[in-house]
Amino acid sequence: MASSTSCLLSWLVFLPLLWALVGLCIPTNTASGLKLSKLSALIGSLVTFAVSICVYQQFDPASAQAQLAENHAWIPSLGVGYRLGIDGISLWLVLLTTFLTPIVILSSWESVEKKVKAYYALILALETAMLGTFLAMDAFLFYTFWEAMLIPMYFLVGIWGGKERIYAAMKLFLYTMAGSLLMLVAIFYLAYQYKLQTGLGYSMYLPDLYMVKIPSGGYLAPQSLLFLAFTIAFAIKVPLFPLHTWLPDAHVQAPTAGSVILAGVLLKMGGYGLIRFVLPLFPDAVRLYQTPMLVLGTVAITYGALIAWVQTDVKKLVAYSSVSHMGYVVLGIFALNPTGMTGAVYQMLCHGISTSGLFLLVGMIYDRRHTREMSDFGGISKVMPLFAIAFMIILLSSAALPGTNGFIGEFMILLGLWQTSQVLAAFAALGVILGAVYLLFMFQKVMLGPVTGDENKRLKDLSLREVAVLVPLLIAVFWMGFNPGFWFKKMQTSIDASLVPYSQSAVASSNAEKVGTPWNP
Amino acid sequence: MLALIPLLPLIGFLINGSWYALGQARGGKAVPATAAGGIATATIGASFVCALMLFLQLLGSEEEARTLEVTLFHWISAGALQIPFTLRFDQLSSLFCLVITGVGSLIHIFSIGYMGHDESPQKFFAYLNLFCAFMLVLVLGGSLPVLFLGWEGVGLCSYLLISYWYTDPDKASAGKKAFIVNRIGDLGFLLGMFLIFTTFGSLDFTALKQLVLTMPVSGGIMTTICLLLFVGCTGKSAQIPLFVWLPDAMAGPTPVSALIHAATMVTSGIYLVSRLSFMFALSPDALCVVATIGAATALFAATIAIAQNDIKKVLAYSTVSQLGYMFLACGVGAYASGVFHVITHAFFKALLFMGAGSVIHGMHEEQDIQKMGGLRRLMPQTFLVFAVGWLAIAGIPPLSGFVSKDEILWMAFASEHGSVALWVVGALTAALTAFYMSRLFILTFLGTPRFKVAEPQDKGHHDHGHGHDHGHGDAAHHGVAVHESPAVMVLPLAVLAVLSAVAGAIGIPHMSWLEHWLHPVLAHAPALRPEVHHETEWVLMGVSVGIAIVGIALAFVIYGNLKTAERFKTQWASLAKILSNKWYVDEFYDALIVKPLNALATILWKFFDVKVIDRIVLSLGDASNQSGALARSLQNGSTQLYAFLMLAGFLSIVGYSLYGIFH
Repeated sequence: MASSTSCLLSWLVFLPLLWALVGLCIPTNTASGLKLSKLSALIGSLVTFAVSICVYQQFDPASAQAQLAENHAWIPSLGVGYRLGIDGISLWLVLLTTFLTPIVILSSWESVEKKVKAYYALILALETAMLGTFLAMDAFLFYTFWEAMLIPMYFLVGIWGGKERIYAAMKLFLYTMAGSLLMLVAIFYLAYQYKLQTGLGYSMYLPDLYMVKIPSGGYLAPQSLLFLAFTIAFAIKVPLFPLHTWLPDAHVQAPTAGSVILAGVLLKMGGYGLIRFVLPLFPDAVRLYQTPMLVLGTVAITYGALIAWVQTDVKKLVAYSSVSHMGYVVLGIFALNPTGMTGAVYQMLCHGISTSGLFLLVGMIYDRRHTREMSDFGGISKVMPLFAIAFMIILLSSAALPGTNGFIGEFMILLGLWQTSQVLAAFAALGVILGAVYLLFMFQKVMLGPVTGDENKRLKDLSLREVAVLVPLLIAVFWMGFNPGFWFKKMQTSIDASLVPYSQSAVASSNAEKVGTPWNP
Repeated sequence: MLALIPLLPLIGFLINGSWYALGQARGGKAVPATAAGGIATATIGASFVCALMLFLQLLGSEEEARTLEVTLFHWISAGALQIPFTLRFDQLSSLFCLVITGVGSLIHIFSIGYMGHDESPQKFFAYLNLFCAFMLVLVLGGSLPVLFLGWEGVGLCSYLLISYWYTDPDKASAGKKAFIVNRIGDLGFLLGMFLIFTTFGSLDFTALKQLVLTMPVSGGIMTTICLLLFVGCTGKSAQIPLFVWLPDAMAGPTPVSALIHAATMVTSGIYLVSRLSFMFALSPDALCVVATIGAATALFAATIAIAQNDIKKVLAYSTVSQLGYMFLACGVGAYASGVFHVITHAFFKALLFMGAGSVIHGMHEEQDIQKMGGLRRLMPQTFLVFAVGWLAIAGIPPLSGFVSKDEILWMAFASEHGSVALWVVGALTAALTAFYMSRLFILTFLGTPRFKVAEPQDKGHHDHGHGHDHGHGDAAHHGVAVHESPAVMVLPLAVLAVLSAVAGAIGIPHMSWLEHWLHPVLAHAPALRPEVHHETEWVLMGVSVGIAIVGIALAFVIYGNLKTAERFKTQWASLAKILSNKWYVDEFYDALIVKPLNALATILWKFFDVKVIDRIVLSLGDASNQSGALARSLQNGSTQLYAFLMLAGFLSIVGYSLYGIFH
């Protein structure tokens, strides 16, 4: 792949950061200055979104190659380069990021009162790190952005979070860090192996690393160990059961914007990492560990859903629902067939929309009542009818009702998984029931019944700004629900390419199934 | 025009819905029911006209050309998975469309009167329209996923409408229960779809029909497919074991019960089985299960209906029971008879429900039949139409209910998939049906009022008290000013009464237009058992009339004099208790599934997640703290220790070198 002359991707990645630096210069000791700094952040994020639309338009869906690539030397002695590129999978995650950031900024408009300037600067800086992670075509650069994300996130939780924010921020930081250190070691090993096998020197360039041959065979062979090093790092991020316990704490303590970014984008890094690194690098280990991973994903779905059901804190409920929903993503990826993989990528986008929506909605009533206990609410539908409509639509998307985006993702994942293991698919599909259970329990406790308490009776319905925050998400719910082809057509080639190492076995196993008994995995 | 059938009610939904969101939801005034209901009725009425015109077009065309198809857009397209959003109008779906839009229109009109005093009529009519749109998608969908979209959509609307008066926690819970129980069924539906797709590679009905013929598949797979889909049917069509949501669903406004929980949505399961009859026909085992579950549900629900005192609950269990009949028909391979009963049942049950609604409306929200009586004089028009519905469901010839039910009983007896046992259960259910419906009718309309009749001058005072939670208190103090319902409510009832009376004509045995019409789309009618003689049919028909008369007579003997009824009740006290508590099925599920699952979830959370998994994580953190502390204790500033360690190190290096030298 030759490096192109365009530097569109660099602009995309660093625009938010530059904008944040400029925004820091705005004096905010006056009310108008304060407003200007918010406005500047919002405009910055919108401009970034516009740039990402340009990227979308230049993207050629027919090619599986990394596009709009940029390739510059960075640390040549270690084979590290500044290499960016985009394919049909990262394209949509990039758009998800740039789409959610303005929404997040607008949602914080009134709820963030302290250190306003720093807050928006951090969100924009975080956007740069997220975009960089999705666009990096160099393992070291990926790692750099990956870790860089933690810094703004740490401060967002630690400064603007709830009562236990310091604990939660620390846990988030250390937990993720511990996982990624394993990944760093594995990256170095790969770069070293590349040098050994080619005699060309180190390389961290992804397509180079894909060519490295790593001995496999057995659960503790080098390939398996490397697989585990990467997979644990990504599984923490997903988060995959049993590596999920940082998530409820982080979500509950994070400010609304932090939760939205965390659930909407950061968790997707895990799924993205599995597709970008683990699948192409370690095909033998992936096949070896396929069943354990599928079992963990299935467990995550039911486990997360069951625990969500008994929560009393709305935000914690949504956090555990993420554990459940992201379990589907792991299943789709490790089903190792195009249907499941397409579903997994789609589910990441859908979860980005629906869970962000849920966190935004929870944030809106938190702003009004400063409580997240479900028992403090009741009958809110009566006093906030518009809020009720929005809540219901997002809830249906989360419950994967056909016609909403959630259905397409779950349907394709389960169908893909069915082709791999019918038993596991049947168990995973329990999430269809349990999802409805916890979501409807939540809806009833918060929204239905008689209006309880004077404070609830006085609640104001959505403001125009809040409507503006939610409407893009609501549109996305139905657009993605009825026209998934719009998304599929740009990702198809890349998904097929990512499954090339598995195509043979996929064909073989699906053939085997047709003659075999239907209930054997 | 085909696309307009579901689109029109959808447009109605969008008009009322957005009007509500921009108006009342933002603090504006409520729009009167006549306006909101007018829009909603106009759209569903127009949809009926479209359906009727297309139906006439089908009637006029050749048998092979009786399928209209339109693809609206490409829904899902990924590799081998191609699901266009296709609507298909054929013999089967045309009938369902006519019932949905026809009965639907009548119920919309009725609702204008019934919901006249509601707080937010726009919301109600928006939901009602949305329901119709989804229901039409369900029956028009050309492939399983499109059908599933409608299937889940009607479930959603059912949820919204059951918990329409959501400020009452019980009503909100009833909606939730309906949705969740239906989701259990949907799981089966989903898995069935997956198995069909992996087996045949397609989900389109037309394609499947061809593939089933050309691709030999093991009987086990076919049975599994059919049973998985049937699990979905037991949810949506309220059969054992998933029927428990339907009686609770009566918490919704009565027109909703009539439309969704009697005439249309609950018959989706029968539609699905008929639509896929070419698959069920290949699996005798699956058919046997369908017939058994259907017959069992019919009998089981009928026993419960005897002991219910809420007028709507009686009708609800009656619906469950009648749906059981329809599945019994499908299970013995008589799909056309099942569809026939869907149609007649839609008429007479919608009539009964709305009749009950009229009674409830006239009685100011009273639903307990023990507190009624003597309404014959106070609500003469409702009495008259209700009587038609009662006789129809009780199976009195020549009303429609008799014709369709008798057909099912005959097929249960005579079909190669049928048996004497199935017939006996069906006949027993028929007797119970005649009995409990007569009980309902007697307690409601005959005898003398068992409530204090208010003076007519109170009428004005009560008339605006129709909101759902008014009335009870008033009744106790001032008596009830019962009034006949307005024309907007009675006229739809009259239309349904006529239909209930004459609809049997489309399915007269041996010259059934319906069977002939449906013949190309359904699996072939089953052969008769060799030992069955044709004369038996007439004997059985006589028996079934006799059964109905006995059931009715028994009810008059017992409930004609309430003292006799009381005596009976005390004589059979323990049975009466079990029946009025619905065989404790809800309690059983609660103790066996809901409570243990909830306890498990709590344990998983409070113990396993917090005390085990997170504890391990945190102790890893603690471990690194402690190892840090351990390492720190080495650097405690003691020079002696440092010197000792230096010496020890030096000696070991020396020792190692010497060791190397000597070896």
